[in-house]
Amino acid sequence: MKFTIDWLKQHLDTDLNDKEIINNLTNVGLEVESFENAPSELDDFIVAKIINAQQHPNADRLRVCDVDIGKSETVKVVCGAPNAKKGLFTVYAGPGAIIPKNQMKLSISKIRGVTSYGMLCSEAELKLSDDSEGITELSEKYKEKIGKKYFDSKTPKVVDLSITPNRPDCLGVRGIARDLAAAGIGSLKKIKDSKLNQNFDQDLKVTIKKEKKQGCTIFGSCLIRGVSNKESPQWLKDKIVSLGQKPISAIVDITNYVMIDLNRPLHAYDADKVSKEIIVRNSKKGETFEALDNKKYSLDDNMCVISDHSGVLGLGGIIGGTRSGTELETKNILLESAYFLPRSIRKTSKLLNIDTDAKFRFERGIDPKSIEAGLIKAADLIKEVCGGEVSKFDIQRLEEEKTNKVKFEIFLFEKITGFKIEKKEIIKIISNLGFKINENKESLDLEIPSWRPDITQPIDIVEEIVRIKGYEYIQTLTPEKSRLKPTLNRQQKLFHFLQRSVASKGFYETITWSFTDSKINNLFREKYNEIKIVNPISSDLNVLRNSIFPNLIFYLKKNIDRGFKDLSFFEIGPVFSGTKPGEQLTVIGALQAGKYFRLNWQETERNVDVFDAKRDTIQTIVEAGFSKNKLIIKDQAPSYYHPGKSGSVFLSTEEDKPIAFFGEIHPNIVKKLDIKTDALIGFEIYLDYFKETKKKLKDQKSQFEYSDYQKSERDFAFVIDKKIKAQDLIDIIVSIDKDLIKNVKVFDVYEGENIPKDKKSIALNVTVQSSEKTLNEKDLEKINNLIISTVESKSGAKIRS
Amino acid sequence: MSDIKKIKDEYLNKLDKDQNIESINQIKTELFGKNGIVSNEFKKLGSVSQEERKKFASDLNFIKEELQNKITSKIEEIETKEINLKLENEKVDVTLPERDFKQGKIHPVSQVIDEISSIFSEIGFSVEEGPDVENEYNNFSALNTPDNHPARDMHDTFYLDEKKELLLRTHTSPVQVRTMLKGKPPFKIIAPGRTYRSDSDQTHAPMFHQVEGLHIDKDINMGHLKGCLNYFIKEFFEVDKLKMRFRPSHFPFTEPSAEVDIGYEIKDGKIIIGEGDKWLEILGCGMVHPNVLKNVNVDPSKFQGYAFGIGIDRLGMLKYGINDLRAFFETDYRWLSHFGFDPLDVPSSYRGLSR
Repeated sequence: MKFTIDWLKQHLDTDLNDKEIINNLTNVGLEVESFENAPSELDDFIVAKIINAQQHPNADRLRVCDVDIGKSETVKVVCGAPNAKKGLFTVYAGPGAIIPKNQMKLSISKIRGVTSYGMLCSEAELKLSDDSEGITELSEKYKEKIGKKYFDSKTPKVVDLSITPNRPDCLGVRGIARDLAAAGIGSLKKIKDSKLNQNFDQDLKVTIKKEKKQGCTIFGSCLIRGVSNKESPQWLKDKIVSLGQKPISAIVDITNYVMIDLNRPLHAYDADKVSKEIIVRNSKKGETFEALDNKKYSLDDNMCVISDHSGVLGLGGIIGGTRSGTELETKNILLESAYFLPRSIRKTSKLLNIDTDAKFRFERGIDPKSIEAGLIKAADLIKEVCGGEVSKFDIQRLEEEKTNKVKFEIFLFEKITGFKIEKKEIIKIISNLGFKINENKESLDLEIPSWRPDITQPIDIVEEIVRIKGYEYIQTLTPEKSRLKPTLNRQQKLFHFLQRSVASKGFYETITWSFTDSKINNLFREKYNEIKIVNPISSDLNVLRNSIFPNLIFYLKKNIDRGFKDLSFFEIGPVFSGTKPGEQLTVIGALQAGKYFRLNWQETERNVDVFDAKRDTIQTIVEAGFSKNKLIIKDQAPSYYHPGKSGSVFLSTEEDKPIAFFGEIHPNIVKKLDIKTDALIGFEIYLDYFKETKKKLKDQKSQFEYSDYQKSERDFAFVIDKKIKAQDLIDIIVSIDKDLIKNVKVFDVYEGENIPKDKKSIALNVTVQSSEKTLNEKDLEKINNLIISTVESKSGAKIRS
Repeated sequence: MSDIKKIKDEYLNKLDKDQNIESINQIKTELFGKNGIVSNEFKKLGSVSQEERKKFASDLNFIKEELQNKITSKIEEIETKEINLKLENEKVDVTLPERDFKQGKIHPVSQVIDEISSIFSEIGFSVEEGPDVENEYNNFSALNTPDNHPARDMHDTFYLDEKKELLLRTHTSPVQVRTMLKGKPPFKIIAPGRTYRSDSDQTHAPMFHQVEGLHIDKDINMGHLKGCLNYFIKEFFEVDKLKMRFRPSHFPFTEPSAEVDIGYEIKDGKIIIGEGDKWLEILGCGMVHPNVLKNVNVDPSKFQGYAFGIGIDRLGMLKYGINDLRAFFETDYRWLSHFGFDPLDVPSSYRGLSR
């Protein structure tokens, strides 16, 4: 909502200066977006300095100048003035500028083969003097002003307010003045009485059809006969220009002016182009009309249209049609001032995708009692500017509008705001806002002003009082530290812990969109359905992600393409399994690319591999408080992992869902996405699948027990079938005597020479220790033999001798 | 006596000469071995007369001790010399690079969420969460924003179905609705999380983060709201002085509503929070609208309170001098390395939010 302070002062009597007015606007809740001079054509003329001037290669009388216009680079300008020389301060006009003298618009052009970006101006061209001999010469004083505007802005300063959707009344200058007056910074001026002579009846018949879903409830109008439409007078043009709009003709400009002034949209028809009568009715599907934006619209059922015998004239409250539009030749006009229902306006404009100033206002709610005020103001002005005779007003109504009421209990104000003000002051504030008040002892019966559709209940009254009184009166109470429950629940603690746990292993945490490219997503989608976004911001962000990996791998590739080789990224966040709220899981996805050691003076280079991924996965789970010995590792993983170099982790055997996957990423995916890396591994951890433990970690610890008796370590090497997993072997050994066998560690795996093709050799180190005595040779011999015989019988392995 | 004195002098002399471990051990044997010189002198004790015996024994012990000390110190001296020589040869160039350590990083948004949670934890708030996909009712209608209300235009919404019933939440306010529907007042929660709007340019990202706050009890008024936010902003920006301005505004789900500005100034190209005469809008808040309370089965005549919504990314940008919102979500290794936080840097009240 734009207006000038002068315009505001037509409605508000105040001694305050501009700055005070601006501050008060903010204080009552009318947010000031900007307060600046209206743009002017003269803004394009800039103080400049000629850095260099050289002879034009193809023309004796022209020079090619490098001009400093306050930007990082100079611009080239071809100039014919004899005084264009190095070091001169002058006035520059860029492409797009309009030269005051001849109204010529500048563009980038080639002058004798050299491109010239704009022009250096003479005083004559700037209409400053008649001197056209050479370009303007400015003194050294302008050194500081290079790049700044040469002309001081003479345009009025324009206030731009951001009006919240609940305040349609402030989409008019008068409404703003009323709010300021209520806040005590002046008084609202009375609207001057009209001296209109209305000697004849409005004889163009107007009917509002009584239909279901009729979007118009009041249609007021008058005829103005014998006008001579013309260019608007200067004062009106200035007003229109200050809004950033273009003046069109007196009649159109006046209707626009009244709209901004009183927030009262109007429409002027060329009465001679209306066929017989005006009918306000619902449209029928397929009806068409050409609107004033020069577009042809095809209508649906039940849109509110203004029509005549020939068809649709316009969409009520949204946009008029070309057929009945006013022109400079128009002699007789029909002026419309109507009330359209916000719901109807909104529905129609959404379906047709039309946005106009009128639509914006009707959609928020126009004062239904402003019909006549609008007609009076516009008719007065039209008569004044264009002449003509004004008819009596014709007001058609479907129903009498009723006055809305609310009962306000005084105590509510203090209850909500925490501070008290006198009843007297409350009454003053709301009566200044236009409420009619019937005072009771503890409460007020209020009649709500017709221009405030947003006010319906007592809380709205609290807001009115407190915003006018001032938010600075609200106390700042010290927060109480009382607590209802712990800050984080178990799952949230797990989230925060795992997040930092993974980061502590060298991974950079990142945050990527929750949506992704369906093409990449499909590589990681597995069994999930694709979740399309109906209106994505771009076709490569068109689905919700089913996995963390699509985005992570996309950005990993970007970094590799930037020249980074060894990268570790992770993200913790949602992945989606369905379109319903809650069909999502919280997952950690981590990717690592490149080598473990690179260009290292101590270590041999090697690629990252599945066991790096496994280490980070297991260690993260262990740090979260789970016992490593109890984890179950299986060799199944989703298809985007390398089928032979990936696995899954389960918290226990009964668990149906794995809490994590790890492995090398499938080479096909690396190839398909053209990721240029030595190796790519990843892991995923599913936070939702961590079962709730019965006890907290602090209560899970058993009694501290230890043995001081001597322990013994013994190495074994077994030759076993390749299919048998190392973990099976370990499980067999551990289960032989859980009290004695304290630890089993694989320290070598060998395949190849001296071992049959389908076999492998696994070497294990077993620690044996009793908690009751020092084991003697005989005891050790016994347990060693038991280990060998049990492993051999249970796994078909042979001890290597 | 003179005999043993002579022995002593002779061997002390010998020991003072350049010796090695072997030769000293040789001397040790010569003196204290089974048939060593000193050992043999001790054997003579029996044959010494009663009156001389005491003195002889005392002298002999004295000499024995002296020689033994000498031998021990000599051995120590030689060993030290040998070790020093060995260490000298083992010297490495310590300016060579240490073994690699992979430093991980926490994303600034996560760090800021932890900071926010820590601050609100101090004044008794707990953290609630809600789904990213919401239904139309929780995101709009329950929050007093019916379909025909122009306020909906302020949110550019991503939809998941043509009927516009399923959407990506445009703010964290639906968590209010969920929290109140599943529980009974009082409520004292914050809800940080991802939010989505379908506009995208230099200052807007299609996804960003908000934290919602909600405190409902019997007598929570605007003074509590002001106090809570004043406390939060001061703690978050770690400043003693704070210029804060409450400005009337409008949100469909709160009434009265306010926007909150904080004072700032630019010093040497850096933004200083809490001073200066420029205003920066940082959040929206208000008293929860009675219609919202009714929608979630809370009786507005018995309970009331406030709600607020803060842009997390923007707070992070202000606190840590980050200019470009979109860079948060572009996973640039260099950017994450520059703005990311050490995982050990867990924000807490006792040791401060930031270092």
